[in-house]
Amino acid sequence: MSTPGFSLPRPASAQQSAALPRVDRLGALLTLLGAAGLFLLPFVTFKANRILPGDPRGLAQVLPVWATCGCWATLAAVAAVVLFAVNAPLRLAAALAGIVVTGTALAAAANALTPAHNLIVRVAAGAGFWLLLAALGLLAADAITRMRPGPGTRVLLLAAFLGAVGLTLAQGTFDNVSVMREYAVNAAAFAVAARQHILLSLGSLGAAVIVSLPLGIFCHRVPRLQPGVLSALNIIQTIPSIALFGILMAPLGALAAHVPLAAAVGIRGIGAAPAALALFLYSLLPIVANTVAGLKRVSPATVEAALGMGMTRRQTLMSVELVLALPVVLTGIRIVLVQNIGLVTVAALIGGGGFGTFVFGGIGQAATDLVLLGAIPTVVLAFSAAVLLDALVERLDRVPQ
Amino acid sequence: MPRPATLLRLAALGLLLAFLLVPQRFAPLFAPLAAGGAPPIYDQGNLWMLALSHLATVLAACLGSIVIAVALGILVTRAGGQEFLPLSRAVVSFGQTFPPVAVLALAVPLVGFGEKPTLIALFLYGLLPIFENTVVGLRTCPATVLDAASGMGMSARQKLVSVELPLAMPLILEGIRLSLVINIGTATLGSTVAAKGLGEVIIAGLLSNNTAFVLQGGLATGLMAVLLYDAVAALERRLCRNARID
Repeated sequence: MSTPGFSLPRPASAQQSAALPRVDRLGALLTLLGAAGLFLLPFVTFKANRILPGDPRGLAQVLPVWATCGCWATLAAVAAVVLFAVNAPLRLAAALAGIVVTGTALAAAANALTPAHNLIVRVAAGAGFWLLLAALGLLAADAITRMRPGPGTRVLLLAAFLGAVGLTLAQGTFDNVSVMREYAVNAAAFAVAARQHILLSLGSLGAAVIVSLPLGIFCHRVPRLQPGVLSALNIIQTIPSIALFGILMAPLGALAAHVPLAAAVGIRGIGAAPAALALFLYSLLPIVANTVAGLKRVSPATVEAALGMGMTRRQTLMSVELVLALPVVLTGIRIVLVQNIGLVTVAALIGGGGFGTFVFGGIGQAATDLVLLGAIPTVVLAFSAAVLLDALVERLDRVPQ
Repeated sequence: MPRPATLLRLAALGLLLAFLLVPQRFAPLFAPLAAGGAPPIYDQGNLWMLALSHLATVLAACLGSIVIAVALGILVTRAGGQEFLPLSRAVVSFGQTFPPVAVLALAVPLVGFGEKPTLIALFLYGLLPIFENTVVGLRTCPATVLDAASGMGMSARQKLVSVELPLAMPLILEGIRLSLVINIGTATLGSTVAAKGLGEVIIAGLLSNNTAFVLQGGLATGLMAVLLYDAVAALERRLCRNARID
């Protein structure tokens, strides 16, 4: 998509102000965002119990003076780096320092506001905390993008991030923050939901790959079939997810009622079976379409060369065409996996389990903490899947060239 | 003599309108699905009004996405905004990993139940395809065309309005089409937080175990998405014909 040799002229203002240090405009925007979060919005909200509306508290109201000043000083230093430094690793380090300080401040605020052995009081992260975290996260993301890390480095960064978060949570640093309180109450259900969420999204993806790859190859070989198959799969995509879940409940329920074997393997009208089937149906289009597109990308000359070398048609397909098409196929798989992880949350409506159980439970009880307990892991899961598969696609795409 | 594809589209539109305006005529079709004397046609609200508010929510959210995404796309492809390009791309694609249900649920404590959380979620979801396509469309304008425009004495603003945007328009429209179709489906989720729309019919069906309702809501929404997709595609073809450069 990028056009080589097409570069835009540098703004005139940059050349004029050579004497003064140039202020990074992105940094200025992020500093404003972070400052607004820190000074204009509540850092935490204090709730006498989990459902009552929160009472907003600023950082200075909660922490001792020295701690508040330390926090502000660190964040001011981060702002200085962001405004005047161009060095990307330095900016990343500043962003990480800011995130650590903000997180520590949240944990300290929660500990300070919670009386000892009180399990009813809730201290939730406020809008100010989230805005500050967003500004720092954007800063880190920008620094990482500017460093242009290779696929391996990106996976390592992701692993380091997940490891650090996991370790902090395991140590109980945030145990007095309301989301973790909600987790403590629901720990057993959380483990079940996590397992179900991953199983549903990966299982339906696996089944879809097994069906879509041959279907895509077939469509490539018989071009007459392509428009028909692709538009049929396209139409499935237009049916809204809750409707497709609901529509599939009836035939699966009938199947379970009339075929004892189906009931014995766990197929029911409600629950995981209609969810898995619906996710499978949604997964078909991206993989089939990308398999066709990937095979089309292989030049006829390459195929002819393989055949000329004495390879059979089958060998050519397996060790030339599919290998060359793999990055495009994987891009389709990436789309499906990220989409499935999001859609599984909806499956909770028909008893399919997964993190959506907490989200819908939270909507029903007007408990934001419970919504977050479902939403945060879903986002982390989808984000990790996207980073991992993007890295894999890039790695594979680089090899043949 | 109209082409068969046009006839098919008109028939689909007619079917959708007929179903929304006089749903009771379709009762015999859905009766086998409504078990145990349940009503075969949704009877807790006017389907026509629900469809209209569904469409209104989607269009309003989409209008917001178009304004913001196109403005942002123009900004990051200008000389002064280039430093924002990598980050805005990262942000918009990170936003896409947020499940819509989570956005809806988190918006409720901020803006209350009803249409507002749905509008916020749809607006955010519509941004990515439009932004991405605007950026690609503007960045792939042939350099020779831009040089020619400068050579004719056009200002940067004139170049943008009368050269770059018209050339990028087919791609921008494709982005709009994608986000419209996705959002017609996603809007049904809004009914879990009490937004008026066709999702209400589906949810009522799920709650009362009435497949007839689920199917009605699902088919009406699907048909609406297909028709809208086609309408924008037709608009796209028209504009492409006008803006063709070879």
